[in-house]
Amino acid sequence: MKLHLLVASFLAASVAFAGAASAESILRIKPSGDVKALDPMLGSDSMARNYGYMVYDTLFALDADLKIQPQMVEKWATSSDGKIYTFTLRDGLKFSDGAPITAKDVISSLKRWSVNDSLGQQMMTNGATFVEVDNRTFTLSLSKPWGLVLDALGKAGAPVPFIMPARVADATPPTTPVTDYTGSGPFMFLAKEWVPGAKLAFVRNPNYTPRAEPASGLAGGKTAKMDRVEWVIIPDQQTALDALGKGEIDINEDLSADLIPLAKETKGVTVAKQDDIGVAQQIRLNTIKPPFNNVKIREALLYAVNGDDFLAAVISDPSLGKACKSFYTCSSPYHTEAGFPSPDLETAKKMVAESGYDGTPAVLLDATENANIHAFVTVADQLLQEIGIKTKVEAMDWATVTSRRASKEPVDAGGWSIFISGPGGLDFLEPVGHLGLRSNCEKAWFGWPCDADIEAMRASFADLTNLDERKALAEKIQLRALQTVPYIPIATQYQIRTYRNDLSGLLTPPAPVYWNVERK
Amino acid sequence: MLTFVCRRLLSTIPVMLFIALFVFSLLYLAPGDPAALIAGDQASQTEIDAIRVTLGLDQPFYIRFVGWLGHALRGDLGISIFSQLPVTTLIGQRLEPTLSLMLLTVIISVCIAVPMGVLAAANQGRWIDRAVMAIAVFGFSVPVFVVGYLLSWVFAIRLNLLPVQGYTPLAEGFAPFLANLILPAIALSCVYIALIARITRTSMIDVLSQDYIRTARAKGLGQGPVLFIHALKNASVPIVTVIGIGIALLIGGAVVTETVFAIPGVGRLVVDAILRRDYPVIQGVVLLFSVAYVLINLAIDLLYTVLDPRVRY
Repeated sequence: MKLHLLVASFLAASVAFAGAASAESILRIKPSGDVKALDPMLGSDSMARNYGYMVYDTLFALDADLKIQPQMVEKWATSSDGKIYTFTLRDGLKFSDGAPITAKDVISSLKRWSVNDSLGQQMMTNGATFVEVDNRTFTLSLSKPWGLVLDALGKAGAPVPFIMPARVADATPPTTPVTDYTGSGPFMFLAKEWVPGAKLAFVRNPNYTPRAEPASGLAGGKTAKMDRVEWVIIPDQQTALDALGKGEIDINEDLSADLIPLAKETKGVTVAKQDDIGVAQQIRLNTIKPPFNNVKIREALLYAVNGDDFLAAVISDPSLGKACKSFYTCSSPYHTEAGFPSPDLETAKKMVAESGYDGTPAVLLDATENANIHAFVTVADQLLQEIGIKTKVEAMDWATVTSRRASKEPVDAGGWSIFISGPGGLDFLEPVGHLGLRSNCEKAWFGWPCDADIEAMRASFADLTNLDERKALAEKIQLRALQTVPYIPIATQYQIRTYRNDLSGLLTPPAPVYWNVERK
Repeated sequence: MLTFVCRRLLSTIPVMLFIALFVFSLLYLAPGDPAALIAGDQASQTEIDAIRVTLGLDQPFYIRFVGWLGHALRGDLGISIFSQLPVTTLIGQRLEPTLSLMLLTVIISVCIAVPMGVLAAANQGRWIDRAVMAIAVFGFSVPVFVVGYLLSWVFAIRLNLLPVQGYTPLAEGFAPFLANLILPAIALSCVYIALIARITRTSMIDVLSQDYIRTARAKGLGQGPVLFIHALKNASVPIVTVIGIGIALLIGGAVVTETVFAIPGVGRLVVDAILRRDYPVIQGVVLLFSVAYVLINLAIDLLYTVLDPRVRY
């Protein structure tokens, strides 16, 4: 009897605790990863970018149709020669500490951002100078017209040009994370509650003024409808799904593909795509060392790789991935399959045989803790062997891959031949910001493809403003890339979001955001 | 006694230095670059190099080690490469969940394992003994994460009695604190119960064959007082030793348990730090674990004098 009473009181206390905690509206999210450094301008870490969208706002933003819309900007104008942009901020904008957001803050933030961002760097290369006109107005002057100014200021791929106070941006070098988290966005970060690797908490920013328009993608009215948002880092996917099923969390940002069938059977839970852009799964080749310094072998891989085979190794639901044969992600306005060969293993074998392949084994870096990468490496390994290329798979963790891929040594001296990665599709939408197509030799992404034609075409893309002209040039770049083969696209794979059915207002932009979300 | 304690504490200094040097060397030799992880996938080598310089990761081994050691001797374990927070702060944030988990595990384990071992010894060769030994083999054989998932499925999912994951600090109430910790503690206890039960049984069997036990029984003492008052105290030295040694087992188990139950403890802190190559955090946590282990063993050595008056230092 006594034991019974004890258990009853214990459970009653637990329920009372849960009741007390629910007085405030709280949204609990298991993010797709952990935020490594709380500075979205430091590099291209997507989790830092997602954190940035909670805490900071941007001058421009992509709407649901991936069109650039003004965000913090009220109006802007371009000079007739296209070299001077004048921006006026919305009236009444404030930082989370209540201080007004001024043109000086914007200029300092953009200068800091431009150091680490490829579009920012290009803008500065075009002689960009900023001048403060008054508290709400500033100009951006360029030495020659550059068609990507708004694309750069409204970009959603990390690092995003978020606006922070000038005192923070000026005092913190672009290689050092900021330690003052005063923001310009719809939520405020609670630094005191931060447990790195475990929990981040945010509350509604009372000083934020949303735009009047309805929320659309990353643009429009960013109204924080929940009092508090918590990011709960749950390292184990099964535990996260169980917690979602029990309502201990409301959203799981990135469900492991093997748990999708189980998630679909979980009561009260919806399974959906995170967004329509997805990640650009690809085989990255070391183009400067044997065997893939031989362009004929790289070309053979274009014939060998069938994206559907790779996707079948990780997902059973075909709607969660698409093997679109293009260097641009499936949802890109520049997506084209022009010139892409259909998979043909026999042709691939023949090409390898005719390539003069010297038998150097291809070293595949296998980040085994990532189930997706590990599966893709396994498929790639088998495929390479089938077309006559010797292989050596080296198991390691992702951290080791990130340092090993920087090696330019031959494969028998610690080098590498292939790593598989799935960067955000945002970085593969158009040629200028395209991570994989960059062919500026040592400055290019790991693998260091080198081609002056591609670089010249990428540079001239920025000068075009007409969409049809841009599409035509994007196609020309793809056709040239099919000759140089900087990497092999596998497929676009979508991140899977699972969430409680009682939520409404979830948006599906290319970065997960939590304004506009409320409980029904 | 005081001399013994001082001598033991002083002898830990070279041990700590060796551990620090060993861990530092391992980390230095291990591949992986935190700067590359901070910079993200899009970063060029130039950007990564710039971050390396800012973080001081381009410095030679000896400069980094001496610098770290100098700070460590002053109680400063450095700054996390990723969070830019002091390592002592990070460990401080994570200490309560891990200590709570370990303490509850020890309490559960001792409360279950010691009576189990005593019962097995008292019934040597009978079905109770065999059942206890079967349970011990099960505890040793089944991985902690399997037990964890099983408990979670039964008590959290099917019966809906307890939460699946997370941690509630003690300051927010004992009931939610216990609700979050009870399943992980039971999961972690399994192997510990097996270990303690087996050593208790062996030690008790040895003691129960002694003359003074026969004398106690001849004087008419019941089974309970003979087992738990006369025998157990004299059998407790090896039991206490195993409890102390088993702390290392608990530390390893806590890493897995904290992951399965999403408890923000020191175990998860060090796993995350290893995956990211957050060197100061790894060094700080390993040093902490080493100090804890040395101090626990010292405490056990001192406990011997209480349990066995013949032991003198």
